[in-house]
Amino acid sequence: MSAVTRLSTLAALWRLVRFARPALPRLIGGMVAGLVAGLVALAIPQVLEVLVDSAVGADARDAIVPATLAILGLGLLEAGAILVRRWLVLTPNTRVEAAMRSALYERLQRLPVSFHDRWASGQLLSRAVSDLSLIRRWLAFGLVLLVVNGVTVLVGAVLLIGIQPVLGIVFIVGALPIWIIAARFERTYSVAARRSQDQAGDLATAVEESVHGIRVLKAFGRGGYVQEKFERQAEQLRGTELEKARAAAVLWRWLTLIPDTVLALCLIVGVIIAAQGGLTAGALVAFFATATVLRFPLDSIGFLLAFTLDARNATDRFFEVIDTPVDIEDPRDPLAIEAPRGRLEFRGVHFRYADAKDDAKDLIDGVDLVVEPGETMALVGITGSGKSTITALVPRLYDVTGGEILLDGVDIRRLRLSELRRHVAMAFEDSTLFSDSVRDNVLLGAEDRSDAALKQALEVAQADFVDDLPNGVDTVIGEEGLSLSGGQRQRLALARAVAAAPRVLVLDDPLSALDVDTEARVEAGLRRVLADTTALIVAHRPSTVALADRVALLDEGRVAAVGTHSELLATSERYRFVISSLDDEPHLGEGCGLDIDDEVRRASRDEERGAETLGIPLGEGGRS
Amino acid sequence: MTATPATGVQGEDRDDLTREESKALRRRSVRLLGSLLAPLKGRFVATLVVVVVSTALQVAGPALIAVGIDTGIPALVAGDWGPLAWAGGGFVVAGIAGALLIGRYQIMQAKISQAILFELRRRVFRKTQRLSLEFHESYTSGRIISRQTSDLDSIRELLDSGLGNLVTGVLYVLFTGIALVALDPPSGLVLAVALIPLWFLTRWFQTRSQRLFRQTRTTSAKLIVRFVETMTGIRAVQAFRKEGRNDEVFQGLVEDNRVANAKVFRLFGTFDPGLVLIGNVTVAAVLLVGGFRVADGGLAIGVLLAVVLYVRRFFDPLEDLAMFYNGYQSAAAALEKISGVLEERPTVSDPDHPVPLPDPRGRLRFDAVRFGYGDGPVILPEFSLDVPAGETIALVGSTGAGKSTLAKLISRFYDPSAGAITLDGVDLREAAPRDLRSAVVMVTQEAYLFSGTVADNIALGKPSASREEIVAAARAVGAHDFIEALPDGYDTDVNKRGGRVSAGQRQLLSFARAFIADPAVLILDEATASLDIPSERAVQTALQTLLAERTAIIIAHRLSTVAIADRVLVMEHGRIVEDGSPAELIAGTGRFASLHAAWRDSLA
Ligand SMILES: Nc1ncnc2c1ncn2[C@@H]1O[C@H](COP(=O)(O)OP(=O)(O)OP(=O)(O)O)[C@@H](O)[C@H]1O
Ligand SMILES: Nc1ncnc2c1ncn2[C@@H]1O[C@H](COP(=O)(O)OP(=O)(O)OP(=O)(O)O)[C@@H](O)[C@H]1O
Ligand SMILES: [Mg+2]
Ligand SMILES: [Mg+2]
Repeated sequence: MSAVTRLSTLAALWRLVRFARPALPRLIGGMVAGLVAGLVALAIPQVLEVLVDSAVGADARDAIVPATLAILGLGLLEAGAILVRRWLVLTPNTRVEAAMRSALYERLQRLPVSFHDRWASGQLLSRAVSDLSLIRRWLAFGLVLLVVNGVTVLVGAVLLIGIQPVLGIVFIVGALPIWIIAARFERTYSVAARRSQDQAGDLATAVEESVHGIRVLKAFGRGGYVQEKFERQAEQLRGTELEKARAAAVLWRWLTLIPDTVLALCLIVGVIIAAQGGLTAGALVAFFATATVLRFPLDSIGFLLAFTLDARNATDRFFEVIDTPVDIEDPRDPLAIEAPRGRLEFRGVHFRYADAKDDAKDLIDGVDLVVEPGETMALVGITGSGKSTITALVPRLYDVTGGEILLDGVDIRRLRLSELRRHVAMAFEDSTLFSDSVRDNVLLGAEDRSDAALKQALEVAQADFVDDLPNGVDTVIGEEGLSLSGGQRQRLALARAVAAAPRVLVLDDPLSALDVDTEARVEAGLRRVLADTTALIVAHRPSTVALADRVALLDEGRVAAVGTHSELLATSERYRFVISSLDDEPHLGEGCGLDIDDEVRRASRDEERGAETLGIPLGEGGRS
Repeated sequence: MTATPATGVQGEDRDDLTREESKALRRRSVRLLGSLLAPLKGRFVATLVVVVVSTALQVAGPALIAVGIDTGIPALVAGDWGPLAWAGGGFVVAGIAGALLIGRYQIMQAKISQAILFELRRRVFRKTQRLSLEFHESYTSGRIISRQTSDLDSIRELLDSGLGNLVTGVLYVLFTGIALVALDPPSGLVLAVALIPLWFLTRWFQTRSQRLFRQTRTTSAKLIVRFVETMTGIRAVQAFRKEGRNDEVFQGLVEDNRVANAKVFRLFGTFDPGLVLIGNVTVAAVLLVGGFRVADGGLAIGVLLAVVLYVRRFFDPLEDLAMFYNGYQSAAAALEKISGVLEERPTVSDPDHPVPLPDPRGRLRFDAVRFGYGDGPVILPEFSLDVPAGETIALVGSTGAGKSTLAKLISRFYDPSAGAITLDGVDLREAAPRDLRSAVVMVTQEAYLFSGTVADNIALGKPSASREEIVAAARAVGAHDFIEALPDGYDTDVNKRGGRVSAGQRQLLSFARAFIADPAVLILDEATASLDIPSERAVQTALQTLLAERTAIIIAHRLSTVAIADRVLVMEHGRIVEDGSPAELIAGTGRFASLHAAWRDSLA
């Protein structure tokens, strides 16, 4: 994935300590308990030796009961130790998982929009859900068993040597190839494991898009088409999974084969030694009983290894997100604006998206613009000229790549994000709503969460349709607000920006989905708010421009002209091209709107303003 | 609370299911599982055979050791290598064969489990594509995603380890039991007694775990829903400083899920040592019984060893079985949810006897159509309209009037609650879905792009389109220039939801997509709302050629569109209030005339 050299598995997993620390004591306690259980299991055969040896001896009957009792005691101890291990390990591990999940979410919320542009949502989701639960399981079972089984195997080996050195050595030497095979396995398996997790993330993305884009898919009848695509992806994942299974099967095969053959060898050697009198029957029994106890820990190495590698990849994937630097964050020594007035200034602002071609010139190529406190500035330009990009720079969803943006004379990068975003509120061009109540959607960024504030914001945005919803302002609107009409959504998004009562309002094409009448009414409402709020409004239509005191024309990444609408109409060829070019209407052929005298129009606007301050509602008549 | 029945996805969040409901859900999951396994029957049996043989070979181990010790040693002392060679050789052969088969089995079982997962993914995906918008509106994408991710994860866990555990475990227990009884019946009796507490323990675990596992599924779905929504709306979240509040809510959901999980684990943490306990006590009992008999000379030492090993081994796989059970419970809860989705029937259902529309002309009729979303208010009270083939209609009206609703009805996103909509005289409900989809295409108000290249997105309108056709479509709508300017031209990834391109560019691409689809009836719902005026004009020009012999319904607030329409409909509160040619209406004194005047006034 990255150019950085890949960490060793141990180092990669070691990073988990940061989150696992609170659980460590109990985790270690769990390991100890697990060890006790493992050692007790090993001790049972040793007692067995005594039992068997005495059973054939003279004092047989007297020895049986105490030995059995000893074994019973050990058995109880083992069960107890397992109980303790389980109880120690399980709860803290769920805590580790929960902490990691919350940390991931918190991080993601703070990572800049540019990060989210790059990362498919399914990849993020699969990290937050599948990967983290894998890590939890590994911490609870994988890690603990790895340690416990490792130690058990070591102790067992020593015991075996103790029982009969030759046999013990045969067993241990015979089992050595396991490590070589395991090491080779790590290489083949690890790559496939990582790929499968990534593919699972892609699959999640495909699912998400197929649901979010369901309207388009239905409108074009492309269900079958995406189904095929999805199946191809799922097929790939299946291929990778089988590749993993094949690698694991090879390992498994050897891990069963080697201990079994070694055991057979031991049987032969053991019997020979016993026949020569070098070993009691009891010792032989103990040897095999011990070796049997070691079977599971030895067998489990394959599974644990695969598990560990999966966990390692999951950890990598987790830290890929967690370690991404948040490059839009609070400054170290933040300034504060004492009495915000809302003067917004762009000073030589440059911006380019990270994926722009090297030889391309900046998208925003030196914008200079001042929006005075209380002034309303319209931003006009053709599609793709960078209007939305400029609006996104103001609340620092992206950071400028050159120049600076000043709010009341302070570079916005010197302000705390929370402060900046309190002063600036936005309405996006695609009215992003959440499946919450209307109230929560509108009051999303509001300090004043009172009913009155809510009502006022809804009124400004002419969102009176809310009253007709089943539960009024407490109606939960469908996912992304899609159970509302386009214009209704847009008005809610607008109300949300208004309800935040900011010093600076940034509205990206806020009236595009409204009919002429409603647009006029919303404008009337907005003017009231805009009277003392600084505003930057992206506009495509003259009707929206009408809201503004001045207009800035964005062209070729610069502000090509600034002035009132009529000034620009008179002086800028480009402006006329961009905003008022519907002068030829073939079918209607009644001449164009341009023939209206500028002066007359301005006068009529002033009249409207006057009308509002008097509180006279403006109907369509007010405009004609 | 109890009002919601537990069919389909209803009552998914309830955990107070009655016994009957609970049983019904189980049956539904088992049916699903059965239908998934049915086509794999052959493979399943083959796998089973491999497992049986390999398990038998492994079970042979202790018996061979017993033979080696009991007859090998005395024989060797007497100078006879035969028995030892047999035992040792047998052990080696059994070991090798067992290992090879185990490896084989691993692959076979991975194939089965992957086949099942693939089939489940496929079915759920297909179902979600089939289900009507009405379903999606209330179910939300997050829950679908959680069905396809975390629920499938838990089924996968079961299949990967659990199913293997089940088969080997059961066989192991069975073979070990048989071997034990054959070797030493009294010890078998001891084991039989041990089965009684085992049964009680398992019952206890089962009844407790079902409900808890259900909770883990529900809580995890909730946090996924939240997660998806936050990431989808990340701009608004950041711009409105929602992070802190979201953190809290999400932490709450994570905690709920954690508690549900912890409860399950705790249950399991008691069950598992319980098994070990029963096992160890049994070992001691067998030893006690066996030891005396050895002392009496009634039992060979090797046999006692084998018996002890068998008893221990008998309980080892029981732990695996418990693990399986754990996985099974978790997967069963997941299967319940998934089978619920699969059980849903689309409210907009495919016709039983589809009428083909081989050569659609595009005549549309609304016959006293009445419509409201779900149980909500009526949006179209009684709507009748006749659109001759080839006519271009402009549909205007205030926001919320029901224009998009009308468009969605023509695309058959929903079915009318009364009356009928016909295309070329065929009721949409009777028309072959595939034909209908290619005859009627709508550019929705929300220009949704999929992650993938620009070309892919345009080609969605016609998957078979060549690059030339794609470029031609882009040119026709005036999108070619900006596409060429993107870093990789037509092969530029537009990022999720088309975030890589501007809103207007997104609309142009959606438009190109419709252009290339070449339908008989084209519906444009505010398809130019985010365009600048020059681009809009380019689109208008494109439309004039495109719509020449097509039926078109153009919904627009910008009345410039009206210019190219043959007929204008003004809609208010779900009713047509004016209907006529543009010139007629403008000349009149009605609603449209004043709208148009206002619009003209606003133009410059
Ligand atoms: N996240 C992004 N990454 C890379 N490039 C982008 C991204 N967003 C937009 N662009 C590109 O930057 C340019 C400006 O986009 P922007 O959205 O600012 O345009 P706009 O002026 O708002 O246009 P419209 O009127 O269509 O909304 C476009 O060419 C677009 O392709
Ligand atoms: N999926 C839905 N579920 C419930 N109600 C809906 C749904 N979609 C729309 N509505 C309601 O139906 C009414 C008509 O909506 P529709 O989208 O048809 O309006 P429209 O005329 O297209 O408006 P706009 O010009 O704003 O897009 C609105 O009141 C809206 O709230
Ligand atoms: Mg834009
Ligand atoms: Mg609409």
